[in-house]
Amino acid sequence: MTKLKKNIALSESGFIFDPATGDSYSVNSTGSKIFELLKEGLSKDQIIENLLNTFDSDKKQVTEDLDDFLIHLAQLKMIENAD
Amino acid sequence: MQTRQLKIGITGLNAIDSPGPGVSVIRCLKEAGDLNIKIIGLAYETLEPGIYLHNLVDKSYQIPYPSAGTDQVFKRLSFIQAKEQMDMIIPNFDAELWNIIKLSPKLNEIGINTFMPSINQLDAINKLNLEDFANENDLPSPVTKMFSSVPELEKFGKEADYPLVVKGKFYEAYIVYNSTQLVYYYNKLNAKWGLPVITQEFIDGSEIVIAGLGDGKGNLMGAVPLRKLYITDKGKGWAGVVINDQQYIDLAEKINKVLLWKGGFEIELKRTEDGEIYLLEINPRFPAWIYTTAAAGQNLPVAMVKLAIGMKQEPFTSYETGKMFIRYSWDHITDISEFQKISTLGEL
Repeated sequence: MTKLKKNIALSESGFIFDPATGDSYSVNSTGSKIFELLKEGLSKDQIIENLLNTFDSDKKQVTEDLDDFLIHLAQLKMIENAD
Repeated sequence: MQTRQLKIGITGLNAIDSPGPGVSVIRCLKEAGDLNIKIIGLAYETLEPGIYLHNLVDKSYQIPYPSAGTDQVFKRLSFIQAKEQMDMIIPNFDAELWNIIKLSPKLNEIGINTFMPSINQLDAINKLNLEDFANENDLPSPVTKMFSSVPELEKFGKEADYPLVVKGKFYEAYIVYNSTQLVYYYNKLNAKWGLPVITQEFIDGSEIVIAGLGDGKGNLMGAVPLRKLYITDKGKGWAGVVINDQQYIDLAEKINKVLLWKGGFEIELKRTEDGEIYLLEINPRFPAWIYTTAAAGQNLPVAMVKLAIGMKQEPFTSYETGKMFIRYSWDHITDISEFQKISTLGEL
């Protein structure tokens, strides 16, 4: 289960603020969408399903891109654990 | 609501690129809803910007440098007190704290309150003793050394691991990458702040600072942690954001309790990428960014004034995360007649 760190704030414009560290980042609309789904507590498979319904892409590509994104979030210590 | 009138003397009005906290403290005091506070500026230099800001400072006086000794300082403050009847003095300049603490009983006799730690408490967190304090209280801190001679420093510099941080006794810090730079900044800091000059192991990470207020009985009246976002070449935060992490409040609680700190303070920390927290400094006064605490819901200077004059003050229990400060420079326009007044009469 991939879980976002507590209290991470995401604005509509894709600005992310970690109130515990003061770090801030910007993400594009796809990143923003993934963040929202993570905040809703969806599993990785559910997020892939959701992205496939939203974007015109194949499952392999979406899975790879999501993995990359989650690794990046883990490096930035924004997720507590990963699938 | 009844508004109580107060007159408070404030130092540290050097709102320059390495600013004293005075102007920021005044901004806080001007927002005390139930107190009407008149500000008496106490300046060492005739060009301290704060004394020209008449919207913040009602009247200013020049005072002697701390090096003139307690007798001279008391003489001048007594003169000012006879004219102004100040209720309290808030010193904001590290180098003057020793004098003002020593003078506190005499100041109290002439009607001036202070809200400050004891000399022993001040010594415990002195840059020269901080590593011992940290070790005694299981707080990780960088390896610190003190130097009072160039040969001794050069010997150390040949074998040291770089980068290193070189710090003045009271203010300023520089990162050095070799022994040449080490000796250069040693001489520069010695000339400005005297000996010893301090070297500290360089800890890579984010700078976190906590502004707080202790009541002298072990109660933390308030504390606001802030992450510095932009740091100048003098090591001063030029922008910062209020953050929310309980470990910083717990740390402020712990330090305040151990010291039974009385007054404002600032804890300087480094957080490494691995999340380790190192104690770098404890400053025995409010920081220059203290107005941000008021903006975030904890007006710590006003709380301190209330404690000093015996008004009721409950501890703050929350603050608003995400409040930011961004410092800016501003050319304040005045007239030579103003400069003339402070230069010749010592008053403005």
